[in-house]
Amino acid sequence: MTGSVRNAAIALGAFALATTAVILSQTERPPMDSVQRGYRGTAMQEIYNPRFVQAELNANKVPLSLPRLPDAGAKAGVVYKNVKVLGDESVGNFTRLMASITTWVAPTQGCAYCHDVQNMAADTLYTKVVARRMIQMVQHVNSGWKSHVAETGVTCYTCHRGQPVPAQIWFNNPGPLQAGGMAQTPAGKNHPAAIANNSSLPFDPFTPFLEHDSNIRVVPQQALPGTDRQSIKQTEWTYSLMMHFSQSLGVNCTYCHNTRSFTDWTQSTPQRMTAWYGIRMVRDLNTNFLDPLASVFPPGRLGVQGDSPKVNCATCHNGVYKPLFGATMAKDFPELTRAQ
Amino acid sequence: MAEYQNIFTRVQIAGPMHGGVPLPRGSWNRVGKPFHSHLLGLIGDAQVGPIYLGFSGIASLICGFIAFEIIGLNMWASVNWDPIQFVRQLPWLALEPPPPAYGLSILPPLAEGGWWLMAGFFLTASILLWWVRMYRRAIALGLGTHTAWAFAAPIWLYLVLGFIRPILMGSWAEAVPFGIFPHLDWTAAFSIRYGNLFYNPFHMLSIAFLYGSAVLFAMHGATVMATSRFGAEREVEQITDRGTAFERGAIFWRWTMGFNATAESIHRWAWWFAVLCPLTGGIGILLTGTVVDNWYLWGVKHGIAPPYPLIFPNVVDPSTLPGAGQ
Repeated sequence: MTGSVRNAAIALGAFALATTAVILSQTERPPMDSVQRGYRGTAMQEIYNPRFVQAELNANKVPLSLPRLPDAGAKAGVVYKNVKVLGDESVGNFTRLMASITTWVAPTQGCAYCHDVQNMAADTLYTKVVARRMIQMVQHVNSGWKSHVAETGVTCYTCHRGQPVPAQIWFNNPGPLQAGGMAQTPAGKNHPAAIANNSSLPFDPFTPFLEHDSNIRVVPQQALPGTDRQSIKQTEWTYSLMMHFSQSLGVNCTYCHNTRSFTDWTQSTPQRMTAWYGIRMVRDLNTNFLDPLASVFPPGRLGVQGDSPKVNCATCHNGVYKPLFGATMAKDFPELTRAQ
Repeated sequence: MAEYQNIFTRVQIAGPMHGGVPLPRGSWNRVGKPFHSHLLGLIGDAQVGPIYLGFSGIASLICGFIAFEIIGLNMWASVNWDPIQFVRQLPWLALEPPPPAYGLSILPPLAEGGWWLMAGFFLTASILLWWVRMYRRAIALGLGTHTAWAFAAPIWLYLVLGFIRPILMGSWAEAVPFGIFPHLDWTAAFSIRYGNLFYNPFHMLSIAFLYGSAVLFAMHGATVMATSRFGAEREVEQITDRGTAFERGAIFWRWTMGFNATAESIHRWAWWFAVLCPLTGGIGILLTGTVVDNWYLWGVKHGIAPPYPLIFPNVVDPSTLPGAGQ
């Protein structure tokens, strides 16, 4: 080989190696664990990287519940002032819940994060008003949405995980600033969408589907053209929402669907029904609990359009198919599962 | 003798530059002073230029440039003229067709798909003019027009996707956005919306021709490279002489699989496989939404999609249960 040919060959080889290294660095090395769930040949299986499982378990540890006291003695509503939601609890268990909430939500900030320590009953801090509404929300979820949370239920910790603001929240997202004028108007997509696996799909499927109740179903129910008028553009919004489900739960499409026919319920798994109720639950929580709090939150806690922080699947699930791998904390706190 | 290796051409000929055969009357001149490029010579002919532009070539380049600018400037505007974000987000950016509400309107507002229609017009003009150029250059050289007709196959697919099918569906919104990732996401959404394109028989055919093309290309390329040590790439004497490098290649396949193509027919195989890939694909797209709305259900109806045993027997659509909302 002549010198220049050799140099060219070396350059090409180095380029090929570098490209391969970059591509491989974006992937997870085999072997993976797979769990078959559907009929053979349908590829209905969940894939797990066994090297990540321990870290995920560690990240989803549940704090020990304080021992529950006997439901005896004076009621909190009698002893304390301005107790609007938990007045029927005994003082002992009321205090136990307050201490637990501190651990779950504001472990470093302490009681003063929500309470005016000079006057614990006062509603002077917005955090106290929000916390009261959130307790009602947890009660509502545990008593009214058993179709989604079953007997497992949720507590403040399911979302908060020791932080005053849960890690996974969302706001109405108008997207990045565009030039406007004669140039094309924003379409809500065609920018990197972190919530949809960094695709170019719509970056805010939450506003139409998890705050408003836009139609999610896009696949026709008959073989030949009829009355189904859903567009491909509309399908992209549903697709983006589904990618969010997949990312939030750390599962494939096949966790709920037989992908040869996404729409067919008879070929789907029971988890798809749970998810259907989950969508309605999240809509309910966003419109009835979180949206109305927009006037309570200080501007710094609101989104760019002045809207409340809201919940989606990731808020509770945090990348796991069952939040906290299905740990049943709520059973230790019956006051959080009571209907209002 | 030129010796062909797997990756590089080892021997390059540095002879006098060749301007090409004389052109017929009425042609434009070839332009550009030819030169030798060693690096290009490693993968092809070392002589670069001259090139024949002609009217259709120049018109095609101008139309293509206009389409490129409309698409690129709209993409840049979508990151508020930020050059860094333009480069970083380029694979995600797109120029979208009009929303469904505009139907087939040919004059929607520029910002609402008008730019897309304009870019589509100029890109189509550019591609068709390039096709004319290929056809006329083949005639000028006294060749058959096989290359132009092969190019017509992907043009058919392109026109079905962006023009013919949207017209039949009554909506430009059915067409593909101009963008790198967006057109791929569109493809996936298209399959989902129409009930799984894998059950579309023309999609199946198209895939068969696509993979078949790759297999044929590998077989043909390998055969030519394997016999080039005997000079198989120098075709002239192969036509008349027996026991040549070409014959070894043919016999290799006869011994391997009992049947072999000929020096001519292998190229007919390759041409048809390549041409049928977008041709059948285009038919499959054309039938989608116009004739069939859900390919999976169509497959069930015609015995393509087998029934599977119920693994989860109690799953029902919750919206059909009493007391459920939408």
